[in-house]
Amino acid sequence: MGEIKLMKGNEALAEAAIRAGMQAYFGYPITPQSEVIEYLAREEPKHNYVLLQAESEVAAVNMMYGAGGAGGRVLTTTSSPGFSLMQEGVSYMTCTEIPGVFANIVRGGPGLGTIQPSQGDYFQAVKGGGHGDYHVIVLVPNSVQEMADHVFLAFELADKYRIPALILSDGAIGQMMEKLELPDPVPYKPNKPWATTGKTKDRERNILTSLYIKSEDMEIKNIHLQKKFREIEANEVRFDEYKTEDAEVIITSYGLTSRVAKKAVDIGREQGIKLGLFRPITVWPFPKGRIAELASRDDIRFFISIEMSAGQMVEDIQLNVCGKKPVHFYGRMGGIVPTPQEILDTVQSHLKE
Amino acid sequence: MKEGYELIYQRPKTLTDTRMHYCPGCFHSTMHKLMMEVVEEMDLQENTIGVCPVGCSVFAYEYMNIDVQEAAHGRAAAVATGIKRIHPDKLVFSYQGDGDLAAIGTAETIHACNRGENFTFIFINNGIYGMTGGQMAPTTLVGQKTSTSPYGREPAKVGLPLKMAEIVSRFGRVAYVERVSCNTAANARKAKKAVRKAFEYQLQKLGTTFIEVASNCPSQWKCTPEESLDWIKDHVLPYFPLGVFKEPEKKEK
Ligand SMILES: Cc1ncc(C[n+]2csc(CCOP(=O)(O)OP(=O)(O)O)c2C)c(N)n1
Repeated sequence: MGEIKLMKGNEALAEAAIRAGMQAYFGYPITPQSEVIEYLAREEPKHNYVLLQAESEVAAVNMMYGAGGAGGRVLTTTSSPGFSLMQEGVSYMTCTEIPGVFANIVRGGPGLGTIQPSQGDYFQAVKGGGHGDYHVIVLVPNSVQEMADHVFLAFELADKYRIPALILSDGAIGQMMEKLELPDPVPYKPNKPWATTGKTKDRERNILTSLYIKSEDMEIKNIHLQKKFREIEANEVRFDEYKTEDAEVIITSYGLTSRVAKKAVDIGREQGIKLGLFRPITVWPFPKGRIAELASRDDIRFFISIEMSAGQMVEDIQLNVCGKKPVHFYGRMGGIVPTPQEILDTVQSHLKE
Repeated sequence: MKEGYELIYQRPKTLTDTRMHYCPGCFHSTMHKLMMEVVEEMDLQENTIGVCPVGCSVFAYEYMNIDVQEAAHGRAAAVATGIKRIHPDKLVFSYQGDGDLAAIGTAETIHACNRGENFTFIFINNGIYGMTGGQMAPTTLVGQKTSTSPYGREPAKVGLPLKMAEIVSRFGRVAYVERVSCNTAANARKAKKAVRKAFEYQLQKLGTTFIEVASNCPSQWKCTPEESLDWIKDHVLPYFPLGVFKEPEKKEK
């Protein structure tokens, strides 16, 4: 059994990265996630990783590109404005197929915004925040435990598919303290024959580029990437359900708000409303199939998406419910977390419709 | 080898057979060759990782027979930092134009130098944006005409050309800075020596090594290759003087 600890989400993420064999961390401070680099800086003397405070998020993501391309297991963490600055690099890494793990501990935006928690960066994370046709794997933890577990998963998936993997969390989960069981360290043995490690006599040179100047070649590259994305969609969807078996109303929610929504399910059931919670754990790949299945169930009256945004994931719910059931939305913005009561009031009002 | 003949020159094995796309007379080709000769002479092919920029030399990896990562425009110094931090014992260089290193990538350049990142910058300063069609660069000379300074560079509007070798030589952790050119055979030989020294200092882990090449761009300067050499002598070198700006102290024998 792993070690039991009481930790902040950000620190759990940092400790998990060390245990998952992280070889390099590049980052730039920004609230509410600076605990990650601070934790790694404190622990650095005991370990063997590279820790570098970059001059900007632009530099940090390109250090990731270099170190990840050279075969390293690399991590960066940031919050919303910083992740915006990284988008060019994420697009480059996706096309060049350089693995790396990112965490965006989201805060309220747009602009400089607030340092309070938000889910306003869903579109950016899930629909491809940079230029070109691409996706990254997006994991959405809802506890300190998952902040740690998802680091292991993210490294594993990133390396397996040669793709950036993003942990999309928020300021509340990053800052709050919870008990968790820390995963045991895994020995990381890189097997990256494509990496730039120096051209030995027994192989051709390794070139990592996203430049395909001929349209025909660029299309072939895109087809290759799309094939990989379909493979990830087929194999890596993850989600969780709570009391959905007999539910008449399905609340969809991820991350922090899924915790609030779970509470709303319990209170609602005490009042005789058959509520259930559907919680994506990956939002890309999105659990399309399961949403479609639920949408076909006769006993379900409607879906309602609860988010800390103006309504972003709800679009993916609508796409996959595909008109079979009404899909409602309730959200708060700017760093405000909805309460279970607000959720129940909204559900009640829709039940009366 | 034919009997009675002596081999005095051959293409280094560190260059591929691919025909270079550079315009006639462009120093990019000369510098590729000089650098790859040094890699071969120092027997470093297996231990060298290059970083190419966005600019005319975006395809440098087609010609250099080594492992290469292509960086986003301006980010070569950050990419090289990442590579070198993972492989501190390998030879790492970034190869960059003036738009790349001294405009969009200035922050990465300055901070890599200030940290004393132990890789080599090869900075091809041709005073213009070659790849995008001859726009003004941060190093375009005063009065020099480009497509975005059609009446000549005006310092009152856009400042004076940036002297990167002079700037980076001020940083404590930068070990070696030299400005070279390839405008004469003698200067090209000196350029090769400078590259060799930079690589040697890097392997000795002395800090950042920075070679600026006063380069040319006949196509965008709208002149012949020969005229570009005269322009370098008459206009570029008076403003961007050649020479060593910083070098590790020689140990007394
Ligand atoms: C983010 C971004 N902005 C702009 C460009 C377009 N661009 C490509 S090369 C270049 C300038 C290159 O000039 P320089 O670095 O001097 O190299 P040269 O082509 O002269 O060798 C520009 C502006 C780009 N590729 N990416």
